[in-house]
Formats: sequence, structure tokens, C-alpha cells
Amino acid sequence: MATDRIVGIDLGTTNSLVAFMQGDTPVVIPGDDGLNLLPSVVALDSNNHPVVGNAARSALIDKPERAVYSIKRLMGRGSEDIQEELKLFPFRLADDLQAGEVLRITLGDKTFTPPEISALILRQLKRNAERFFGEAVTKAVITVPAYFNDAQRQATKDAGRIAGLEVLRLINEPTAASLAYGLDKKQNGIVAVYDFGGGTFDISILKLHDGIFEVIATNGDTHLGGDDIDNLLITIALDDIRGDLGLDLRRNAEAVQAIRKAVIDAKIALSSESSIKLDIELPGGQHYRREIRREQHEQLIQPVIDRTVGPCKQAMKDASLKPEQIDEVVLVGGSTRIPKVRALVKELFRREPHTGLNPDEVVALGAAVQANILGGGSEATENMLLLDVTPLSLGIEVAGGVTDKIILRNSTIPASATQHYTTQIDGQTNVAIHVLQGERELATDCRSLARFDLKGIPPMAAGIPRVEVKFLIDANGILHVSAREQRSGKEAEIQVVPSYGLTDDQVEGMILDSFDNAEEDFRKRQLIEARAETTTILAALEKGKKSPAWGALTTDEKKKIAKMEKSLAAVNAEEDYQAIRKAIDALNQGTTRLAELMMDTAVSTALKGKNMDDTDLGEGPTAPHPMAKAEFE
Amino acid sequence: MTKSVLTEIGAKPLPQETHSCWSCGSMRAAHFCESCGKVQPPAPSDYFAFFGLPLKLNVDITALEKDFYALSRKLHPDLSAGSGSNEKEQEWSLEQSSMLNDAYRTLKDPIKRTQYLLHLEGVELEEQSKSATEKARATGEIKKQIVPPDLLEEVFELNMHLEELRMNKKVGDDDPALFEEIGKAKLSLETKHAALLQELQAYWKEWDGLIDRGAEVSSAERAQVRDKMVDVLNRRNYIRNLVRDVNEAMEN
Repeated sequence: MATDRIVGIDLGTTNSLVAFMQGDTPVVIPGDDGLNLLPSVVALDSNNHPVVGNAARSALIDKPERAVYSIKRLMGRGSEDIQEELKLFPFRLADDLQAGEVLRITLGDKTFTPPEISALILRQLKRNAERFFGEAVTKAVITVPAYFNDAQRQATKDAGRIAGLEVLRLINEPTAASLAYGLDKKQNGIVAVYDFGGGTFDISILKLHDGIFEVIATNGDTHLGGDDIDNLLITIALDDIRGDLGLDLRRNAEAVQAIRKAVIDAKIALSSESSIKLDIELPGGQHYRREIRREQHEQLIQPVIDRTVGPCKQAMKDASLKPEQIDEVVLVGGSTRIPKVRALVKELFRREPHTGLNPDEVVALGAAVQANILGGGSEATENMLLLDVTPLSLGIEVAGGVTDKIILRNSTIPASATQHYTTQIDGQTNVAIHVLQGERELATDCRSLARFDLKGIPPMAAGIPRVEVKFLIDANGILHVSAREQRSGKEAEIQVVPSYGLTDDQVEGMILDSFDNAEEDFRKRQLIEARAETTTILAALEKGKKSPAWGALTTDEKKKIAKMEKSLAAVNAEEDYQAIRKAIDALNQGTTRLAELMMDTAVSTALKGKNMDDTDLGEGPTAPHPMAKAEFE
Repeated sequence: MTKSVLTEIGAKPLPQETHSCWSCGSMRAAHFCESCGKVQPPAPSDYFAFFGLPLKLNVDITALEKDFYALSRKLHPDLSAGSGSNEKEQEWSLEQSSMLNDAYRTLKDPIKRTQYLLHLEGVELEEQSKSATEKARATGEIKKQIVPPDLLEEVFELNMHLEELRMNKKVGDDDPALFEEIGKAKLSLETKHAALLQELQAYWKEWDGLIDRGAEVSSAERAQVRDKMVDVLNRRNYIRNLVRDVNEAMEN
């Protein structure tokens, strides 16, 4: 059965990756620069075209007002809960932003919502995968921090749709890592995944049992990561510069970005060096120089990494497990390269952590494993099944502004709960319901997910209607609500007002803008590439015709080649890249013997002592063309 | 009891099993078709029946976990997410597996399991306490806790100590003797808590005995065991809340 190719995507705060299952092994698909990591940076070039990754990263320093990074921090959030973020990150909110509206970020003279910016990153990964496979990619599994709430998950799903991807599943990052780990190790036991990335921290404790990956407890902080260490170091450097050189650079975006790059490099170097020398050229030609020893550095960052302790302890408590009962602690995320972080994990779990995984890639690899399972599985994943949990309790606001929890955190998903409602006034036809997510007692301390209006309740005396509302958290961790009036059997109509998020129509509009283009772009790219190949193969054939090998072919063979050549030339003038590719393949097949003869000639010429350069093989008709890699079929 | 529900369902058909599979037409098991493995539309069922279990309170947790894993492998939405299954199947799979998860979560926990059985018997412990809380809040009164008589003295003393501890904390005082006193009281409460669980288990046995006798049991007999369990759960909740208060006071 031909299944569509499903890719696994790690949409990270700092870097993003796309991976797929090649036979029994998940592998990362590199970008056209040959690198596996795509920096999660988006910029607008001088023509207002979006660029993503390393190209955008250089814009970050030259034209910071046209670039954005760490957009994941803003996914699914409202303007009032990002005040901290705004102090630390150069996010430029749109001037005309209304209260309650989805955030919009200014790049140059355009504005984008966080899901649209994430979609640009996803689209780049999609293109990388399409280039690699030579065919369109439309389905994906995307990872999210385990501690992401409903709004953040929904925003990620929206980003996928905007990028032209059907998001088959959102999967939690630490759980994804455990899939890659489990595929490799195939052992039963209790595993803790400590995932300290660029912008988020997660801890998940799982029970691995004959291929079932059952999450027992999860906890975390969606605003704790390498970013926080960087911001701390930037602040210290800016203070230093102000004190030593009397320069206030806090409002100088270019200088801040230059400092940011330097302290990140220093942070990375200090994981292996005992001291480093910082030397940053500042505007005006002055230099900021400083030597940092590892102990100093560790002291500075200790408060940040200490923030991971609370969630770890809570997760163990929720799982009713002591550190000794955990068989292995797996490290994931770039920040776990910091020796001090490893030391902290060792102390917390009283064991040496498992560092055998590539902390940057393992989440994407796990997403590829899950993609393979969703696609029907293979021999390697046949027995694997993931049972994940909801990280946060789901509640309803009841009288007195109190949260009544109806699905508790760490419940295996899908999970559901049913509540009954009635009316308080005769003839009342609407009931308002406020859905919350979080652990706190008071509704105002929890995250508001949505307000639902139950409408169309048949008019009855107060207290008579009985509306049954079913709350269902699906396997993506996203909430669905349905309602029915039980006395009349009438489906009550639900009107959802997401507290922070795009409406379906808004997402739809964004898709049409970019999706149509993406399809068209893909077709155009394919056509250009196919035509380039035609040129190559025809040139090689011309050379072949001049070689002595040509004479060795039978008339019949020559006739056949001529016929294929003619039909390739014909389809090459048309717009159908698939037809061109077919004709190229046919010609490739038809000239195999010619290629072999040419090779023989080349060898015998070489034996005669002639210079190989005289016998130019060109790329040769049998050179495997970059699109058809047989081993991926 | 140690037998997997998968084989049990095959051997001893449940009422809803008289249907045939929508996909291949074979006679099917309750949640999925034994012939072709397709997930079936969910049928209304209580959590016990979902696992093919009688309404008994002693449950073999190892067997339950095994059945949970086995049923997950049949019902989980991941298995019908890819191509080759339609939207309807995916919806059934979502509903069936959420029911499976809800049922497993409830049945594997001894207290939740007892509460659920009492709910099936028409007793709403949760709602009683919820409506009491709401009423208290609306009238501005402090919610009246019915202190179990045998605990009266102990609770009175403990509350005094806790109040003292909170006051000390406010002014930054440290009184090791008081701390020790509270620690002792906590230990005593925890012992009582464990004893209550044992008492509850004794009533489980009584209840399961009634179920074994089947139709001959009078509703009065059922009510008697039921009320005993309600009483134990109420006392247990009271002690659990008290222990939680003590822990909070000691940690802060």
C-alpha cells in the first residue's frame, strides 16, 4: 500500500530539524547548506521575501529590525503574558495591536503572527524534505514541549496548517526523545527524560514496557532554557560596558545582537574550556574585553539551572517514585551540554545521566519514529505505542471564581470528562462556560483557554434543562467540547471564543496566501531542476556519440536512443516536470550499455598510457541523478 | 481474574457483542473486531464492564494493567491515524481510547474505584462535598467539617499547634519542640489513615461476597455495606486533608 510520506519535525526555539525513517533508522534531512540544524530565525530580505535559517541569522546582526528569533516563546500567548519576554527579547509588537487580539510582530514594514513566522520555518523544512525526496511532502508529526498548554499546542498546529502541512500528531519533545532512545535500547524499565533546550524545560518520567511508552508524569517550564542563560550574560555584559566604558548600548539593537552572539559562543566554549577571552568590537571602535573562568560562569548561571529542580521533584512526587527507582536519566536539548547541568542532574537523580544521544537531534529523530508508527509502522516500530499524558489539569470556573478541576494533570490522553449544567432563570436559553487550564485554586490564576456559550437550549423553567457537556482531550493534548441538552435531546450549539488564538477563518486565510504559493513554488522548482538535468544528460549523450564507444552500438540501439532523445526534448519544452523526469529515466536506462562501453574505452585508453583528461566522461548518462536515491524507496 | 480481557471477551460474550463488525461483517468483540481488528463504534458501558469485569472491588491490578496495554494496542488513535482509515474510525478510536484511559485511571486507584462504584450505586461523594463548599462560599460561612468523634481531641490539639507554627513562621521563630509535636501527630494520623484503608478493604470483601450471591441479595443488604464504605471514605478524606494541611504548614 502506497502511504504518503510523513516527516517528523522538531520546531525548536533555537534550531529546527526535519527527519524521516529510513528503513529501521530515523535520520535527519539536511538543508541545502548540508547542515542538519536550521536556525529558527526568520528575516525579510530587501525584496520583502522571507528568508529562514543561517541566511536570516546574518540579518539579525546587520538589520535586526528585519529579523526575529525565539518566536516559539510567543506561540499561543497574549500581550499581557509576555511583558517579561518583551524586556529580554527584541520582539517588536505591531503598533496597532488591539487588546485581546493575536500578537503580531513587525518585520521591516510587514507584520506577522507567531504562527505565521513558525510556518515560515516549517515551510523551509518542508522544502528541504521535498528537495531530498523529489516529491511533495504534506504530512508531518511536529514536536512541542510537554508542558505546552492548549493554546500553545493549537498555535503550533495552526502554524503547520499555514505551512501547508497536515499535522497528524503533536508529540511531546521528551516523549519523542524516549522513542528514539527506546528504539535503540529496547529495554523495559523507568526512564526520566531531562530536556533542557533553547527556550523550554521539560521533565518526563516514562515506563517502558514491551514497546509501550507510558508517560507516568510530566512537568516543566515553557519559559526556561538556554535563552535565559544568554539573556543573563547579555545583561551582565551591558552593565559592564556601561560601568567600564560609560556606553549605554541597551537600546542599540545591532550592538546587543553582536554581544548576544559573542556570549553564546563563550557559553558554548566554556562547556569544554576552563576559561575564555571575550573580545567584542563595539560601535565607535572600542573593544569590550573580559576573561571569564568556568567557575565564574557556573556561579552566574546557577540560579537559572536551579529552576529545573522544582519541576523534577514535582514529577517524581506525581509519579510516586524515588530517584533510586528510576533506571535511567536521558539528557536531551543543547543546554544539557553544560557540565554544571549534568552535575545537577546527577545530584538530583543520584546517578550518572545517559549522554549517548545527540541532544540536538534526538527529538526530531523521535518525531520521525512516531511518524512511522502513524503511517502504519514498520518492522522496527511494529510493537511501539506511545501513551502520553496531559501536563496540566483542565478545569471549569464555578461560583466564587474557583477552578473546579475535571481532568487532572498526568492523566493519560485521550481523556474525557462530563459535566452537567442547568439554567438559573426561567426560559434561559444560553449558558456561559469558562474553561481553564492550570493547577491553581482561583480561576484568575489559571490559564483561560476559552469561553463557551451553550446556545439554543429549549426554553424551560429554571433548573429543568440538563445540558451534558463533554470535554475531550485528544492525543495531541488539544481540547474538544461537545454538548447536548438531555431533556430535549437537542444538540446545544457551542460557540468557542479562544482566549488567545487564531480563528479557523483566520488560519484559512493565511493558508491560502502561502499554501497556493508553496504548491506553485514546488512545481516551479521541480521544473527548473528537471530541465537542468535534461541539459546535463543531453550534453553527456552528445559526448558519448563522439566517443569510440558509439561505434560499437548496433543500429537498432542507436535508433532507440535517438527516439528517446527526441521525446525527452519534446517533453522538456512542456511544463510537466514529472513527464520530463520519466523521459530522463528512460534515456538513462537506454544508454546504460553506451555508458558501460565508454567506461571500458576509458579504462583501455588509460592502460595505453594516455592522459585520462583527454577522455572527458562528463557527468555520464549513468551518473545517479540527485533526485532518485534508490535506498530511500 | 488473571486471564486477559481479550480472551475473556471472546469466551463470554457481552450483550453488545451480538453485533457484527461494520467493516468485515464478522461477529465482533465489544471494542474491536477479533477478525479484522477494526475499532467499533463505542457502546455505552460502565468502567467495570469496559474491562469485562464484574462490579467487584477487589481487582487484580497486574491483570488490569495487562489488559489496559493490550486494549491500548487495539484502540489507540495512533493506530488509525495514517491513511487507510476513515474519519469515522478515527473518531471512534478517539472515543474508545479515552473511555479506556478514563476507566483504567479510575479502576487502578483503590479510592477512585470505590468512589466510582458508589457513584454507580447512586451515591455522590464528590458532589456532596462540592455543593457543601459552594453553599458555604455563597453564604460566607466557614464550611462545617464533621470531625469524626474519635479524632475530636487530637484534631483540636493539632490545630492549636499548627496555628502556633504559622505564627512562629511569621515572626521568624523556630521551635523544635513544637515541630516534633506536630511530626508525632502527623505520624499518628498516617497510621489511622492506613488503618482506614484496611477497614475499607474488609468492606470490599463483604461487597464482593454480595455480588457473588447475585440476585438473592436484598437492597437493604447492599445499602448496609454501601453506607459503611461511604463512612470510611468520609473519615479518610478528613484525615487526608488534615495531613495535607500539616505538610503545607511544615514545608512553608
